[in-house]
Amino acid sequence: MSADNQLTRAQREDLRTVAAMIVPASDEYKVPGADDPAIQADMLATLGRDTKLVAAALDHLARFAGQPFAELDAAKRDAVAQEFRSSGGAAAATLVRVVLQCYYRDDRVLRSLGLELRAPFPKGHVLPDGDWSLLDPVKARAGTLRRAP
Amino acid sequence: MKDPVDVLIIGAGASGAAVAWSLAETKMHILCLEQGGWMNPAEYPSTGRDWEAKFYGEWSSSPNIRGRPEDYPINDDNSPIKVVNYNAVGGSTVMYTAHWPRLHPSDFKVRTLDGVADDWPIDYDALTPFFEENDRMMGTSGLSGDPLSPLTHPPMPQQPLGLSGAIIGKAMNKLGWHWWPSDTTVATMDYEGRARCINLGHCTPACAQGAKASTDITYWPHAVRAGVELRTHCRVREITTDENGMATGVVYYDKDGVEQFQPAHVVIIACNGVGTPRLLLNSASNRFPNGLANSSGLVGKNLMFHPYAQIYGYVKEPTDSNRAPPTCLWSKEWYDTDLSRGFVRGYGVQFVRGAGPVFEAVVSEQKGILPWGADHHRVFRKLNAHRLGFSAICEDLPEEHNRVTLDPILKDSHGIPAPKIDYTISENSRKMMEHALARGREILETAGATDICVNSPIPWGGWHLLGTARMGTDPERSVVNEWGRSHDVKNLFIVDGSVFVTSGGVNPTSTIQAIALYVADQMKQRLANLFD
Repeated sequence: MSADNQLTRAQREDLRTVAAMIVPASDEYKVPGADDPAIQADMLATLGRDTKLVAAALDHLARFAGQPFAELDAAKRDAVAQEFRSSGGAAAATLVRVVLQCYYRDDRVLRSLGLELRAPFPKGHVLPDGDWSLLDPVKARAGTLRRAP
Repeated sequence: MKDPVDVLIIGAGASGAAVAWSLAETKMHILCLEQGGWMNPAEYPSTGRDWEAKFYGEWSSSPNIRGRPEDYPINDDNSPIKVVNYNAVGGSTVMYTAHWPRLHPSDFKVRTLDGVADDWPIDYDALTPFFEENDRMMGTSGLSGDPLSPLTHPPMPQQPLGLSGAIIGKAMNKLGWHWWPSDTTVATMDYEGRARCINLGHCTPACAQGAKASTDITYWPHAVRAGVELRTHCRVREITTDENGMATGVVYYDKDGVEQFQPAHVVIIACNGVGTPRLLLNSASNRFPNGLANSSGLVGKNLMFHPYAQIYGYVKEPTDSNRAPPTCLWSKEWYDTDLSRGFVRGYGVQFVRGAGPVFEAVVSEQKGILPWGADHHRVFRKLNAHRLGFSAICEDLPEEHNRVTLDPILKDSHGIPAPKIDYTISENSRKMMEHALARGREILETAGATDICVNSPIPWGGWHLLGTARMGTDPERSVVNEWGRSHDVKNLFIVDGSVFVTSGGVNPTSTIQAIALYVADQMKQRLANLFD
């Protein structure tokens, strides 16, 4: 069993393994995988209220595997992972969400996507005003508001 | 024993703030009890790099997920639509999209026009001056002159069209369908101490810039300066009554959890369409065994949510993603009844500009369009910042079996019975949702979108909590009269969305606040004989 606020060594290893399956590293896009040590550290440090469900998901994954998930060969891992995702319910969804929310705030990943490495506030963003002549056909067509008696 | 106050308002959200501000000019002793506290914009999600992750936890729109001490649990297991709200000074205006349509004149006469539900006891014209006053107080932006909406006069210009708005506008023009820039409560210029919008994007769960109107930064500063007392972290358990059936005050738990009694000459409830019936039902007594103000038996019944039919897809061109307020345009093309569509009444549409990268990844993985493995990166780059959305706000008609009751087991942190929701989507609403999804698909395909996905209903889409203490002239068929006073308890008023008779097909906050101002005005006009 896992403690309330942390994962066991085996669970952490399985988390790292499944995270790499969800988002592997890519030379083409010059991004790390979700098993990258910094991203893994972010996950573990910010699990917070998700810890119980993520631990449950990892226990579920290990049960499917019949042994530590990380120790399966690649073909078996794929089959187990598919089964886990389709039948894992809220716990599996939480695990995947934790992986993705940490991955898509990593500096290297955001840089690869062309996004700035900052919070939205206080700089904000610039939004083009756009071509309001697009509204001319709507004005020309007009229409009538349904009146009440 | 505390000194009695003249007016005690329960709830400091959209309607409680408006009624407090309006009544302040009477110079009566007005006290508002709010179960939440003042918000600190420096702690809002958009101030941090983890802004998107917070939406899944402490900034979830669901009180059941959020679980802050200020929240109360809601048993909504027996409903396909889950209740969302926010509990703080400002209430759910802290966490809303700021989309600002009003009910249409025809929405007040649905029985007369379409033979369904009931007409309201008031009409649009009665609310017109209060819509205008409320728009000035909240600070609205928009473009006057929409031919298919009631005439509004927003004091600020509309939001930019942006990338997403232009794509939607072109598609709607190709199809010959109505669209218009939405009225919103997002400030597009500096306004009454609020800074203009700088497109933080993630503005539904609170605006760190203060550009989005929430009543903690609009009505409340004015009301407090005018002498209204606002007591925070005070959760009301019940309204008490005397042998004459008049409200005498409330029992509440203060910030230290200590039970208190606050006497009052007038009590106004502003707790939304779930919190209000919960409080009335929890105020049952020997004299009112079925709950307070419930001789009609309608307290908690006729709950209306607005089922949301949402469809979205991905275009080749970049969209605004999270770099703008989420809503930008509306359509009223299908707002009014056309029986050839197979249902009565209709829906408004709000178009959605896009989503941030974490939300995009999480939702797309759940939908099965973002794969695990080597192809993940290519597909994500095709999806991210290319999303366009269409959400239909379907008019929910009142049905008594859709209701709020008290859960026999679940309680909040003070031991007060929690609300239980029983709700089903009607056949009429289902047909409306199917119609909306088909139109949405046409629009998206015309815009060139692929990978089209559907959320119908949006599961965590119970933003609009309406109808559970409806107004009317007949005490057997309504809970409050045509100016918000309880038929049964003559010094008890309700000013929130509970009093809606029908729901229309638009976001209701503008109309809720107009009603609150209207009720306050009626009270001021009748102060000499308020209880007659």
